[in-house]
Amino acid sequence: MLRYTINRVLLMIPTLLGVAVLVFFMLRVVPGDIVEIKLRGDGGSVTQETIDMERKRLGLDRPLIVQFGTWMTDMARLDFGKSMWTERPVVTEIAGRLELSLQVAIMATVIAVLLAIPMGTLAALYRGTWIDYTVRLLTIGGLSIPSFWFGMLIMLTLLSLFNWLPPITFTPIYVDPWANLTQLIWPAMAVGYRYCAVVARMIRSSLLEVMNEDYIRTARAKGVYEKLVVSRHALRNALLPAITVIGLEFTFLIGGLVVTEQVFNLNGIGQLFVQSISRNDFTLIQGMVMLIAAFYVFVNLAIDLLYAVFDPRIRYNS
Amino acid sequence: MKISRRTALQGTAGAFALGLGGFNFDFTRASAQAPAVKRGGTLNFAISAEAPHYDPHASDTYATLHFAAPFYSTLLRFDLAKFPAVEGDLAQSWTVAPDLMTYTFKLHPNVKFADGSTLTSADVVATYDRLRNPPQGVVSTRRATFADIGSIEAPDPATVVFKMKAVNASMLEHFASPWNVIYAAKDLADNPANPRTKINGTGPFTFVEHIKGSHVSGKKNENYFKKGFPYLDGFKGIFTLQAAAMLNAVQGGQVLGEFRGISPAERDRLVQTMGDKIRIQESSWTLNLLVCFNVDKKPFDDVRVRRALLMAIDRWGGSQGLSKISTLRSVGGVIRPGSPMATPEAELVKLPGFSKDIKKSREEARKLLKEAGHENLKFVLWNRNLAMPYTPAGIFLVDQWRQIGVEVEHKQSDTGPYLATMNAGNHDVAIDFSNLFMDDSSLGLAKYLSVTRAPENRSRSKDEQLDKLYDDHLRERDPEKRKAMIRAFEKRVFEQAYQQPLLWWHRIVPTHTQLMGWPMSPSHNLGQQLEAVWLNV
Repeated sequence: MLRYTINRVLLMIPTLLGVAVLVFFMLRVVPGDIVEIKLRGDGGSVTQETIDMERKRLGLDRPLIVQFGTWMTDMARLDFGKSMWTERPVVTEIAGRLELSLQVAIMATVIAVLLAIPMGTLAALYRGTWIDYTVRLLTIGGLSIPSFWFGMLIMLTLLSLFNWLPPITFTPIYVDPWANLTQLIWPAMAVGYRYCAVVARMIRSSLLEVMNEDYIRTARAKGVYEKLVVSRHALRNALLPAITVIGLEFTFLIGGLVVTEQVFNLNGIGQLFVQSISRNDFTLIQGMVMLIAAFYVFVNLAIDLLYAVFDPRIRYNS
Repeated sequence: MKISRRTALQGTAGAFALGLGGFNFDFTRASAQAPAVKRGGTLNFAISAEAPHYDPHASDTYATLHFAAPFYSTLLRFDLAKFPAVEGDLAQSWTVAPDLMTYTFKLHPNVKFADGSTLTSADVVATYDRLRNPPQGVVSTRRATFADIGSIEAPDPATVVFKMKAVNASMLEHFASPWNVIYAAKDLADNPANPRTKINGTGPFTFVEHIKGSHVSGKKNENYFKKGFPYLDGFKGIFTLQAAAMLNAVQGGQVLGEFRGISPAERDRLVQTMGDKIRIQESSWTLNLLVCFNVDKKPFDDVRVRRALLMAIDRWGGSQGLSKISTLRSVGGVIRPGSPMATPEAELVKLPGFSKDIKKSREEARKLLKEAGHENLKFVLWNRNLAMPYTPAGIFLVDQWRQIGVEVEHKQSDTGPYLATMNAGNHDVAIDFSNLFMDDSSLGLAKYLSVTRAPENRSRSKDEQLDKLYDDHLRERDPEKRKAMIRAFEKRVFEQAYQQPLLWWHRIVPTHTQLMGWPMSPSHNLGQQLEAVWLNV
């Protein structure tokens, strides 16, 4: 198991390196210039000399390979540089938003998993009954309704029924848990619904498949209680594909909630992503892409390790 | 202060009628006795864009001004109750020499910057030197405005004297510009770019924090030089980048207003859902959208092509339709319709592009395109991706030009790239804007000067005749003669068709009725210091 883990960790290095090369060079071929946008994009008139000076100050006049080398060296020292737009450290820019995005992702995952496992299990166990139909109806709704639209419905419902809306500025949970939860529970519900639908359907289909396996029949033949058959033998195996989906969805939520963030006026990573792309803020985009890539890589590692926990064959083979 | 839905709708109609004349209209009926001012509390208001930086000198967006104005003071400012009259801000008094060649300002005593240092005339001198002659690397958007200043002197710590090189009849108004906030000389000496990232002003509020992407907040300046002000303990300007989020926030009471302006549909939603809890104030707006041709690019170097495209636009019909769905409303020339120097409708319709006989106009437009050899013209219309009112304006133009056989690709972009593209001259045709803070022609006409003098002229035209007319009108002190010069200027601009106002905006500002003392004006750049705002709770 240790060797398996070390192998997986070592594999992360070329993956992240590949992402770094791709994001750095792809950003440079996209049209647009941060200096032009920064100095001319505010209605101001500036001379070409001023533009050249700023480009030099930001190091954009150096050869690409030199810029890339500097960036990689700095990253190796965990220095992600400064935003070319705000001049603040990239880490500071991201940290301010990551807390919110991470919390929404965690809350949505908790909501989704807590609802999806019983829903998917019940639908599979009572296949063809009203329970199954109800679950299927709810999950199809979750898949078809975009999260941002569901978010808008939530907001309008709160407004029309209670003439109340959640706070629109972020308060960290350690400062005021109530204010924090009253703000973030709604977006977590909006995205959690879709998330739950995906996972519940995965669990249902996976469980239906597992329930027809020989070892389930054997367990039943041995006289194992049905509850134990489901929880210990069937669900444990049926959860394996669901774990992958949960992990990928979680990572998506970190940076992929642009529109939902706008609906709830959340100051999250998604908004920052859009803003930095529209400004061509290279260093900030690079920092965020590396962050998201690192999340994906770590979550994948966690999924692989969980697979090994749930499935002894993987442990033994590795 | 109760208001029925019917009253509200009547108010809308009234505002529509009055808006053209530049009047304000308040839905809420004035109570017989104004309530006594209550002190304290924190005002939450919405800012529908985030400031790209903190320096109003380098900015042309309200996002910077709504963010920064409460922290700063200006030499003079507009008295919004008597707009466009000016009043002192940092200047306690001032005198203007009869020949308009010397302006002397006496500053309020004991004015403190937020860092505790005392404001002196040296700070005003340093600020205006930065504005008119920015150091390397510093952007001064309105640099040309101060070209007529010869020297600035500070004979004593409380006196500033501006000596002019030439008469500029509008100079006093420029000293009241909300963009020309006063910085501390020592901050500028440390680093002339300091104001871009650091706030140290003498305004009614002191800076507390700017949480990027979320809000800016300020607290009452206990040392504010105007005794008794501000009334509020503090404010929080919350960035609501999406209109729906802003409307929800207003309706839900998380913010008590949005001070730029909303669309008619948004107004109607708030009035319908909030009834007597919302106050709607309306005015015509010192802001217009322009159709702008890049004369450096073919075929827009040909006046026939430019004129044909302008003549194909049915402004009068468009104003009726667009005013129902957007903030666009009035048809006007280079000066805000309804303001004293504006061209009356009877004269306007005689100018190219303003005829009410659109059928005839379009026939002529087709003829001009044929003459120029561009019957099947295709081009890209560059536009800003703001839903209100840029998108409807773009769609409208595409349709208007389609009717004379011109094929247009409508390309919208974020504000930064949109402006950067136009400022670099990379556009063919664009929807530009003219964001003014007053009706004075020295400001409204400046955008049409040769690009060598006015970099904000995104048509990139160079026209000595226009430059001369502008300079002559600046020196002219007789209002009637000045008006005639403005007409001549306007005629020349529209005949050459470098750029032309599409429609002027109409400003609709929603505030909760508990928010008091906020001054409505025809410009969203004015009245944002919030010093006299209070909460009636």
